[in-house]
Order: sequence, then structure tokens, then C-alpha cells
Amino acid sequence: MKRIYVNEKWCLGCHLCEYYCAFANSGEKDMVKALKGVQINPRIQVEEKDGISFAVSCRHCEEPLCVKGCITGALHLVDGVIEIDKEKCVGCYTCILTCPYGCVMPSDEGVIQKCELCLNNAGGKPACVEHCPNKAIVFEER
Amino acid sequence: MLKEGQVRIPSGCAISGIFSRSGRRISGEAIVKSISVMHDRSNGLGGGFAGYGIYPEYKDLYAFHVFYDTIEARERCEKFLDRHFDVVNLSKIPTKKHPRIMDEPLIWRYFVAPLPTKLKDSQLEEREYVSRCVIRINTELEGAYVFSSGKNMGVFKAVGFPEDVGEFYRLDEYEGYCWTAHGRYPTNTPGWWGGAHPFAMLDYSIVHNGEISSYDANRRYIEMFGYKCTLLTDTEVITYIIDYLHRRKGLSMEETASVIAAPFWSTIEKKSPKEKERLTYLRSIFSSLLITGPFSILVGFEGGMMALNDRLKLRSMVIAEKGDMVYAASEECAIRVIEPDVDAIWAPKGGEPVIVTLEGGVK
Amino acid sequence: MSIDFIYPEYEVVRNQSRCIACRVCERQCANEVHWYDEDAGVMMADESKCVNCHRCVAFCPTRALKIVKSDDTYKVNSNWTGDVISDVIRQAGTGGVLLSSMGTPKNYPVYFDKILLNASQVTNPPIDPLREPMETKVYLGKRPTEIRRDENGDLVNTMPPHLELSVPILFSAMSYGSISYNAHESLARAAQELGIYYNTGEGGLHEDFYKYGANTIVQVASGRFGVHKDYLEAGAAVEIKMGQGAKPGIGGHLPGAKIVGDVSRTRMIPEGSDAISPAPHHDIYSIEDLRQLVYSLKEATEYKKPVIVKIAAVHNVAAIASGIARSGADIIAIDGFRGGTGAAPSRIRDNVGIPIELALASVDERLRQEGIRDEVSIIVGGSIRSSADIVKAIALGADAVYIATSALVALGCHLCRSCNQGKCNWGIATQRPELVKRLNPEIGYKRLVNLVTAWGHEIKEIMGGMGINSIEALKGNRLMLRGIGLTEKELEVLGIKHAGE
Repeated sequence: MKRIYVNEKWCLGCHLCEYYCAFANSGEKDMVKALKGVQINPRIQVEEKDGISFAVSCRHCEEPLCVKGCITGALHLVDGVIEIDKEKCVGCYTCILTCPYGCVMPSDEGVIQKCELCLNNAGGKPACVEHCPNKAIVFEER
Repeated sequence: MLKEGQVRIPSGCAISGIFSRSGRRISGEAIVKSISVMHDRSNGLGGGFAGYGIYPEYKDLYAFHVFYDTIEARERCEKFLDRHFDVVNLSKIPTKKHPRIMDEPLIWRYFVAPLPTKLKDSQLEEREYVSRCVIRINTELEGAYVFSSGKNMGVFKAVGFPEDVGEFYRLDEYEGYCWTAHGRYPTNTPGWWGGAHPFAMLDYSIVHNGEISSYDANRRYIEMFGYKCTLLTDTEVITYIIDYLHRRKGLSMEETASVIAAPFWSTIEKKSPKEKERLTYLRSIFSSLLITGPFSILVGFEGGMMALNDRLKLRSMVIAEKGDMVYAASEECAIRVIEPDVDAIWAPKGGEPVIVTLEGGVK
Repeated sequence: MSIDFIYPEYEVVRNQSRCIACRVCERQCANEVHWYDEDAGVMMADESKCVNCHRCVAFCPTRALKIVKSDDTYKVNSNWTGDVISDVIRQAGTGGVLLSSMGTPKNYPVYFDKILLNASQVTNPPIDPLREPMETKVYLGKRPTEIRRDENGDLVNTMPPHLELSVPILFSAMSYGSISYNAHESLARAAQELGIYYNTGEGGLHEDFYKYGANTIVQVASGRFGVHKDYLEAGAAVEIKMGQGAKPGIGGHLPGAKIVGDVSRTRMIPEGSDAISPAPHHDIYSIEDLRQLVYSLKEATEYKKPVIVKIAAVHNVAAIASGIARSGADIIAIDGFRGGTGAAPSRIRDNVGIPIELALASVDERLRQEGIRDEVSIIVGGSIRSSADIVKAIALGADAVYIATSALVALGCHLCRSCNQGKCNWGIATQRPELVKRLNPEIGYKRLVNLVTAWGHEIKEIMGGMGINSIEALKGNRLMLRGIGLTEKELEVLGIKHAGE
């Protein structure tokens, strides 16, 4: 299965992935309209320290703890992709506690959010990958 | 209007050639008949012929055919010839007045041999000596132009349609084992006799149909080796290239053809390792002598004739055989008119030379 | 301060209504032009630090940024122009030589832009490269003068060592040190994929890149940095650098700050020491000395590799080239005065040397007149900007061209001409690790491959239009060229006719 991988060797720490993620999931067509004056809450986040940086987003684990721990079955696997059924989510945040990578986070809409590889937004393919200027984030089979 | 040598003049053309492998000597009448069929491929601004084996009685002497604009030019040239050659025989070339051939220059013929002392002093090989003398006359003696300089061969050319030129020079009175002919369709010449074809250097003569796109690359390269392209025509530069490769570099005609119409690299790639190395070598060391753009040429040389098309075959040319005879022409009709019943007829592929040579000398 | 003040040449214009304060500009600018004002909640800029490299403009996700030329002006004067006055102010303040980078920006004639190409009509056909083979392969090196045959009469292969190129383009010398590891890797990989060559420049060959040796030209310059036996043997050819178009008669100086880590190892000099290449080779004070170096290098490489001699285009370039052609060198590289550099004294760059078009035309003609054009191949460089420039250069008489600035532009360079500051925001002309990583060779090499491939297609299209289906038939084919708006003298030097003739 194709997954998002990051290579810190090429990550510039420019944070563009975060902004494109936020934009892709905003439902807006214009980035300015989507993000102007907004404190973004992206599903991918750049970690950086001591000159090293890399972006972190859901790894779509083969044995995902978040799915196992989900009390309502809101988190589920679709062809290897961990997706959220927002109707079922009750916002218990078990998944946030169990994700070892910190890749599930509260959503501005009250329930949780995580990377769904842009499969469920207008993009159709991961915006962070497409807009990474240095190919530090790739979407590939390994 | 600028004439050949002052401006580069492209032209379309008709060519035809006849060759007897057994060395049988054929009257010039046949070649005139052949080229006349392709009347529409020329426009009356140039026609000419080359015959091989036509001077058996003087076969060891260089036959110079010369155009003179004036009597003074003739005197100057003859002085030069006397200084450098032993002139065994000289005369006007016999012609017949023709209503459509006008403004003819003085046309003279000399049978000469290099003066032994001069030749020795020059430290040159004999043919190199002769070719340098010819180039010198043509570039330095105003109003004199040597248009034929081989042994036992001669070029006859004029401004006019080729069939008229043939009559004018009374070609029916000559016999040769090989004849080539040319009808010219230049696009902007005032009609200068020297600019007509064939173009010849020593015993190499070329008739050519086409307009080569590599002209200036070829010209600037070949001029490094003492040649002077004074006419700025394709035929002139092709003649010098063949002279250089065949005579001076000692390449065979086949090798010469694989330089000027070199196989594509992709074709070379598919050959056996040895052949690949050979073709790569020839193509890369003589890269500036590759000729591109459309051409079909007939090269006459001592004892042989080569027909060659450009690599893409952008000009028509057919070859036919009948017994010991080989025919080559721009159009099939030019062959059928003199030999309706051929044994074989085909169009050679682009870049593949057809080379015929005498089987045991002239008869 | 006040007397030294020069108003910034460029201004950063931010469209606040589009700016989302993502701070990409701030993070991407090594010159620290941009910053975020927490109180006002807006991005700010200090244009006095801006070099106009366009990194921020290119990265701004909302197109909120642009850089414009400042309209601040001194009192307008055609003689004492703004640039002239500013330079005097700078030098009065520092007492130093002015340095600048890349090719001269001055308004000298670009002859390539005054030459027009021919095409076939009626009397001979244009050739469609999509339907017919169109050949761009080139061999560089000497041509043997004699044909030899063995006892069977077969031709003996006497071809001297040569370079084989799929297209007549090479990447010109840029040293590891002046440009980054990643830039070098991009060039090397692209050269390998394209079947062409890149050039190490005078900085040695990083051990990681020996594997690209078959597509590498190793340079020997006046400082001899990084030269050793394995280095010479690693390359496909050896280039002796006598001069550079951007700074003829001038050596090189890579500041100690850039001699770090691998750069120091590769150059074989201590970390932090300045790498100073003398103006002359101190073992070459004349042409006969050059011949000795040519043959020393041939000895060292067992006569298996062609030797290139690179010179700057100067006034008597034709005579110099003639001397080089007789020195045993296989290839002459001529670098025109518009060529780029990592750093050069501004006055030299902007005033010394001659345009490559004129140099090439006179060298090619001179070598032909002397009958020695086959002794050497000619590579020309010094601002080859497009496939049309290449076609014109070859028709003037070049065998191939060197490109460097255009290769750098393909890698991201926006010609801000600040290489000498070592803070290249595009990760090219810098050794700072956080900047070097901005050039991912995986992206870089593909862009180079794209550029050369695209130019190759265009060369074929242009040749096809001329009815030429092999690049050999274009070389020196000056009838394919016509001048436009040139004087008699210029046409004479170029050896071409005027349009309409």
C-alpha cells in the first residue's frame, strides 16, 4: 500500500505541508480565503529541533492502536487507510491517547481529525506530498 | 545579376548515365537521347555531358577543356600552360552553330603533360600538380576557365537545354564507355557557361541533382586542403570532396560513399563489431564531409561510375541493367527511351552506392 | 552611516490582503529579510537585506509577495548613473575591490540575438524530426591526419582519445566549494543519464562522485587543488584551465569560510584556509610550457584521455587558439566574457574580454586558414542561454557548447548574483548544510535532464527546418546564418552575410 513517508534529510522545515494540509481540508477553493487570519490546525505537523526537522502525519499502521482502542468503531480501516466516521465518533479521545506518534488530534469541529491521505477531501491525493518543495515527503509503495 | 562564384545558386536538375562494363565504346548520341526525355527537369539555363574513353589516341595526356571570355585571356592562359606543361596538341573544340545556343565563349582543348622539371621542383605528386595548376587558372586568370582536366575523358557543357548542348558539341562524333549527362534548373543564374554541369576535377566528374543543406560546412572544411570553391555550387564542392577522399586519402569509392552519405548512427549500431568500428571511424574522422539534404549524383571516374543518393533518398534515381550495360537516371523514362527492354531495374536505397567498374579495360 | 547609505535596489512588496502569515518567507530567507510582528500579527520585511533571489516569491503559497525595482533615484544622469555613483560610495566607505557574481549584467551586444537562422523552402525539403532520424551525436577530440591500412587493406582505427556526446552540450566547470555537494551530484547524475559530461572545476572530485567518472571532466587549474593520480584517472578527459571568461587574467579565491569538511578534504587543503588560485599557472609562462603540461597530463593518463585547454576569450584569442591547437591539446574550450563566476572583481568581469560569438568566429576561421581545424575540437561557453544559441554557435564553427548558468537556473538559481556571499537560498552556491539541503539532487538532476532533453528536441527541430539531419553538417555552416542590424565589420568577423543578402 502507498503510504506517506518523510525523509528528514530533505525537510527544510518550511511548514508548507501544514498549510497545504489545512487548506486541502478546509473545503475552500482559495487559500487566502481558507487560511487568512486562521490559526491552522493541520493533520500533518513539522517537528523540529537542533536543525533537524521532519513532518509527521498518520502512518496508517498495519495494526493501528487507535482503531483497536476506538470505543465506537468510528476509526476503521478501508483498504489499509485508517478513516474516521464522524457520525460515530463521540470525542472520547482514546485514539489521541493511544497513537504513539501523536498523529490524531482534536478537530475544530468537536471530534477528532487525522490524515486520511486526502482521500476524503477535494484533493484526492496527499496535498502535503504534492506541495513539498524538496521531495522530503513522498507517497509511495515500500 | 551575380553569376556562379559570386553568389550561391541552388538548382533542381535531371541526370542520366550510361556505362558499359565490358568497355565497349558507345556514341554520345544515346546519352543525348536519354537526357532529352527529361526536358521538363531543366529550364534551358545549363546542360552538359561527360564522356570517358573518348580520347584513346591521347589517353596518357591530360585533356584540358577551357572557356575563354576573350582572346587576351586565351593568350594569358596559354602562356601559363606553356610554363607548366608540355602542350602536345591544341585546337578549338569542334561545335555546330545551334539556334538555341548563344553567346558562346571561345572553347579550346589542350592535350598536355606536366613539364618534368617543373613537376620535380614542385615536389608534388603528378595529379596534385595538375589539379593545383587548374585551380590556379580558374581562380587567378580572369576570363579563363578550365572545365575539364582528366585523362581520356572530357566534359562538354553550355547554357541551354542538354539536348541542344549535345548537338552543339557534336557528341555523336565521340565514343566512350561511360557517359553522364545533366540538365539544369537553376533558380537564379544569369546563365554562365562555366556554371553548367558536369563539374570536373582531373578525371572525376559529377552530375548532381539536389540542393545540399550541408554546403557551407563541407565547403569551409574542404577549403582547408587547398581547394577553392569558386563557383559556390553543390557540384563543385562534392567533386572536391570526392577528389580529396578518393584520390588524396586513398579511400575506396564504397568508403567514400559511407563518408558523404554516412549510415545513421542507429544503423551503424546494428552492424557487426568490426563493421561498426569501421563505419564509426570513417564517419567520425570525416564528420565535416557528411553531405545532408537532397542529392542524387553520378560520379564518373577513371574506369568507373558511382550512383549515390542522399541518406533519406530525397531525390529520385533509378538504376537499370541490360547485359554489360548499366544505366542510371533521375527518371525511368530516360532509361527506357534508349533501352526499352532492360534485364533489371530498381531504385537504390538512400545512401547505398551503386558502383560499376570496367571488367578488363576499355575496348 | 548616513554618508554610506545606499537605498535598497529592490523592494519587497507584500500584498497584506493575501498574506496568511505562514512565515514560509521568513524561514526560507537566509538573508533574514522577513519577520513576523507578533503585536501587529503581520509579516514585515527589511528590503535592505534582500538580494532578490526570489526564493520567498517562489515559495509564498498565496502569491502575496513580489520584488520590484526601487524607483528611488539619484538625480538622473546618463554618465554618472546610479550604479556608478553607488559603487563610488561603496568604495569610499570600504577601500575595497568590488566583487560580484555570475556573468556581466552590462548592456553589451549579444550577437546571438543579432543572428537569424535559415530554413528550407521549395528547392530542398525541411525534415520532420518526428518522422526521420535526426542525429545530434558528437565526437570531441583530434581527427587523425593519415589513413592507415593493415596488410589486408583494411582501415586501421587511428582515432585518438575522444569524448562522445549524445548532444553537443557539456556542463561547464564549477568547483565543489563554489557550488554545493548536491549541485555537483545533480550535475553528475544528469550527465550520466544524458550521455554527456560535467566538469569538476578546480575543486577536486568528491570521493562519492568517482562512480560518475565516465561522464566527468576533471580540471587542473593554477592552484592544482585536488589534483592527484586517481583524480586524473577518474575522469573521461582532463581540462587545463588557463582562463575564465568572467575574469580573464585573474585567479580565484575561495574564502576559508567555505573550506569546510569535505570541501577541504577534496581540495586537499586545511580547513579554514583560503583557497587561492594564482592568476597564471606558475609552470606555464608561455605556449611551450603549456605543451609540457599537456604532455605531462597525457603521460599521467597513458594517452587514453583527451586533454582540453580552456581559455578566456580575449583580443588575440585566434592566435592563442592556434598555438594551443599545435600544443598537443585535443580540445580547446573558449569562454566568452559574458560567462558566469562564483566571484570576480566587478571591474574585471564588466570590462575584460570579448564576446564568445566573435571569439568563436575568429578562432574557427583562423584554424581553418591554417589547415589545423582537425587538430582540435572547439567547445564554447560564456552565456549559452538556449538551444538557438547552441545552433548558432555550432553553425559559427563550434563542436559543442559548455553551459553553466543555464544549468544553475535549472537547479533553482534566479541570478541574484550574490554567490560570493555564500548564503545561496537555493542551496547551490553555499556550503551551509541547512541551505545545501534545499537542493535535492533527485529533483535537481531531473530538471537538468529535462532542460538538456528539451534543448535537444529544439535543436532537432531547427536542424530539420534547415534540411539538415545530422549535427555534423551544421558545424561551421555559416551560410545558415544571417546578421541583423550588424555593421560590415561585425559581419566580416562573424563571417556571415546580412539578412536579405
